[in-house]
Amino acid sequence: MQSTRSRSTILAALGSAAMIVAACTSPSTSSGPGPTTVVGPTTAPGQTQAAGGDDISGETVTIIGTWGGDEETAFHEMVKPWEDETGATVKYTGTRDLNIILSNGIQSGVLPDLAGLPGPGQMKEYAEAGALVDLTSVLDTATYESETAPALVELGKVDGKIVGVFIKSAVKGLIWYNPTVNDFSGSAPATWDELKAAITANASKAKSGWCLGVESGAASGWPGTDWIEDIVLRQAGPDVYNSWWQGQTKWTDPAIKSAWETFGTVVADSFGGGTGINATNFEVAGDPLFAAEPGCLVFHQASFITGLGAFKTKTAGTDYNFFPFPDINTQFTGAVEGAGDLFGMFHDTPATRSLMKYLVTAKAQDVWVKHGGALSANKNATSYPDDISKRSAELITNAKIFAFDASDLMPQEMNAAFWKGVVDYVADPSKLDSILKDLDDTQASAYAE
Amino acid sequence: MDPRLVNAIVVVIGVPATLVGYILLVEQILRALPSRMQPRIRPWFWMLPALAFLGVFLVYPTIQTIIRSFQNRAGNAFIGFDNYAWFFGNAGQISTLVNSLLWVVLLPTLTVGLGLLIAVIVDRVRYESVAKSVIFMPLAISATAAGVIWFFMYLWQPPGEPQIGTLNGALDTVGAGPFDFRATDDFKFNTIMLVIVMAWMWTGFAMVIISAAYKGISRELLEAARVDGAGEWQVFKGIVWPLLMPTMAVITTTMIITALKAFDLIYVMTGGQFDTSVIAFEMYRQVGFNQLGRSAAVAVILLIAIVPVMLFNIRNFRAQEAIR
Amino acid sequence: MSATTETRAMPIAEGRRRSGLLGRLPLHLFVIGLMVIWLIPTIGLFVNSFRTPTDATSSGWWTALFPPEAFSIENYAYVIQRNGIANAFLNSLLITIPATVVPIMVAAFAAYAFAWMRFPGRYLLFIAVVGLLVVPLQTTFIPIQKLYAGFGLNGQLAAVWLAHTGYGLPFAIYLLRNFMAELPREVFESADIDGAGWASKFFRLALPMTIPAIAALAIFQFLFTWNDLLVAIIYIGANTDNQPMTIVVANLTQSIGGGWQYLAAAAFLTMAVPLLVFLALQRYFVRGLTGGAVKG
Repeated sequence: MQSTRSRSTILAALGSAAMIVAACTSPSTSSGPGPTTVVGPTTAPGQTQAAGGDDISGETVTIIGTWGGDEETAFHEMVKPWEDETGATVKYTGTRDLNIILSNGIQSGVLPDLAGLPGPGQMKEYAEAGALVDLTSVLDTATYESETAPALVELGKVDGKIVGVFIKSAVKGLIWYNPTVNDFSGSAPATWDELKAAITANASKAKSGWCLGVESGAASGWPGTDWIEDIVLRQAGPDVYNSWWQGQTKWTDPAIKSAWETFGTVVADSFGGGTGINATNFEVAGDPLFAAEPGCLVFHQASFITGLGAFKTKTAGTDYNFFPFPDINTQFTGAVEGAGDLFGMFHDTPATRSLMKYLVTAKAQDVWVKHGGALSANKNATSYPDDISKRSAELITNAKIFAFDASDLMPQEMNAAFWKGVVDYVADPSKLDSILKDLDDTQASAYAE
Repeated sequence: MDPRLVNAIVVVIGVPATLVGYILLVEQILRALPSRMQPRIRPWFWMLPALAFLGVFLVYPTIQTIIRSFQNRAGNAFIGFDNYAWFFGNAGQISTLVNSLLWVVLLPTLTVGLGLLIAVIVDRVRYESVAKSVIFMPLAISATAAGVIWFFMYLWQPPGEPQIGTLNGALDTVGAGPFDFRATDDFKFNTIMLVIVMAWMWTGFAMVIISAAYKGISRELLEAARVDGAGEWQVFKGIVWPLLMPTMAVITTTMIITALKAFDLIYVMTGGQFDTSVIAFEMYRQVGFNQLGRSAAVAVILLIAIVPVMLFNIRNFRAQEAIR
Repeated sequence: MSATTETRAMPIAEGRRRSGLLGRLPLHLFVIGLMVIWLIPTIGLFVNSFRTPTDATSSGWWTALFPPEAFSIENYAYVIQRNGIANAFLNSLLITIPATVVPIMVAAFAAYAFAWMRFPGRYLLFIAVVGLLVVPLQTTFIPIQKLYAGFGLNGQLAAVWLAHTGYGLPFAIYLLRNFMAELPREVFESADIDGAGWASKFFRLALPMTIPAIAALAIFQFLFTWNDLLVAIIYIGANTDNQPMTIVVANLTQSIGGGWQYLAAAAFLTMAVPLLVFLALQRYFVRGLTGGAVKG
């Protein structure tokens, strides 16, 4: 999801500086950095080659991902049945520094067996460097493709080869509300205008219409980028959306500018005003929904918010509920934006093949789904703990138009500039033109190779 | 027993023993050489272990960084000074330079000034070790945890809401605020707030080292001056200050370099937004953007930035040798 | 230990102490005020680490000090019950101890040479060493990983402490040289008359007289290594058997955010060790230990 990726990528900046050096270590760097070293097992001590066939008992698979806390627990639960069945063990490390470890590893050859991938962009780079194993022959491809949302299957491909799979996913742009303050479930606003009317009509029930918070440490601003993406997708449509993240539509383009202005109307009606939005961490931004004197009527955030802030302690359905982001231009009805955590394979051994194959099955996916806090890309994983998660999962599988988080697809430099643009805009909306102009300048250089 | 524990014991006892053995051996060998040659060769043997470590872990990678700074994004062609031209031709980067300058001036001033004051003052109270432990404590906290601590110090809530942040809570009781400490960039206010967090962490460090030097000053000397009728201020100015100067120079240099390398805290607290970025942070950002040439150039600019500091140290070095 | 030294130091201070409690009141107020200012931020988080995250983000920590109190040790329990936390604690020590001892010894040799041996190029070399202080560690990871691969060191504890030895040396040499250079020449000259060699002068005179600086350095290097996450995660990676505390603690927070309360609890648990080191070494900062080692 946005935050995962955003944070890990920027965090990654921490150290992928190593690449500086790496790049000069191999002067002919542009082509493949040492694929020879990439193949050998590295940090798995007791690893002995299985005598033949698929007896992988006693082997170890090393994995690095971004998941920590509850997510890590869920992941361990997910691999437990596989460990029991095969006798192999998983050594998992969660870290926010994923990007640096992998980009270092690509250069130095020190890589885990499997790893979460920071984003589609990095996945492509790793694949082009020859570091990622082609999963086409590893997975049961036919089953995988039939069970998985097609858009997500496509996103895991580079040059027609499957190199990444989505272990979990999230749906963006859900509008959350507190039914005890104002229950939208009877007639959920289907269009942006209906939503605006509903907010105006119920304005007396809360201090302001919207809750919004974009603070997120080094990735501050990203919740606002989700907002603008949601608007672009529904206001200008998927074609503009795609050409925009690909760097072909300019930021100063009227379609994009008008999305910012629509976002501006939300900023203007947000709890705490511009200062508040920039000072409020996204995790707790929705908490005023539940205050004795409610701070807002509605709050826009991805499906994973249910595991954060006050949501975590409340009951789904009774304390909070959601409706999908309404249509803006009815021409693009049924558009949904999603994101997800990619997973790839660096070492091709019987044990890693076996685990990778297992991870994408509905059986494995069901374990995490049951644990809560995550959606599955697998349609057959349906053991969601509550109705809210189930409904969000269905949004992805039933989407007429599915769009992957645009900022995650942009080059990192563009993405960071986008975050900064949001922060600057929230602080002073009158600066929109100069902000968009700066973004155009970044666009001109960020996409250049 | 845990084999790693055995290893660790071997390392903790074996490595120092080897090093001591090495020095004794070297001296044996040197004794066999003509005495005229000894002084020329000896220092190199004494420095060899250090130079080997430095060479492998720092010098070699630095040379590669310098080369990389003259290469393009992909690292397959040399492009002269383009990466440097980019840095100095970019308003955003110039602003980070200004911020870094502010850090370099403020952080050493605060840490060394307060460190000196505290080292000298707490020497006079019985609970010295408690006081010093308190001032020192923040250094035992990682940057991430310090970020969480100061998140709750600087936290801002909309006016009229209960203030949860310590400082805004305090302002609230006197009817002022709330004030956004993190995002207010008028007069570089938020950068100064970040430097204060850093100073909170590092003053203890300056204090410890200055205190070590202060304790080394002969008591008899101070007492003699007092017997001669010198006041406390005169004793400080005439004896303590000059004797502490070399140590203060070391700490100031260290703090200037710490300020130049400051990165973690900015990363954790503002992510470089609200105009709080500094050179070291910019270096990381550019790596994240896969702009390795630019990032290397920024790293080299960091290296060049300490040339004045090094010149100052050379003067110090010469002065110390001259006095003896 | 320090008690005895303090008593020795007493007579001089005694005179001033008697000069009247009233006269010393501002001094006490100043010192105590400073301590309070320094403590408040930490106390705030300390209090919050005993509250639920929702409480902590909905009312100020000071409100929790008044009834009804709602403290729980849940955050601490969560951290302590983490799988492998005891092993990680051991690993942290196994990395930190050699990473403190080795660089100090190596640096002391070099510092001694810089301070007391005259050789051509010493200015330049010393300046180069000071210059290395500013090298960003991140630029060093890949070449060193490649080097380690040749020795099978990646994922091993030695990989981390060897690297910390290299990274810590510039500051160690710089600090120790400056302290050693201040030692009085006369001491060495009289040793020369007795026919002592360089090694003997180093181990019997230079080293003992530099103890306060070495103690300060040990504290600093210990802290730096103890709190390091980046270097450890680069060289240890996914080898869970060898991971230090910092990596395990970082794992407490979720990728999507959340979990700062565990981080806070862990911070208070892990800072105990460096504080103990500080308290243990603090006894080397008492007056008179260097016995006129510094000229005056």
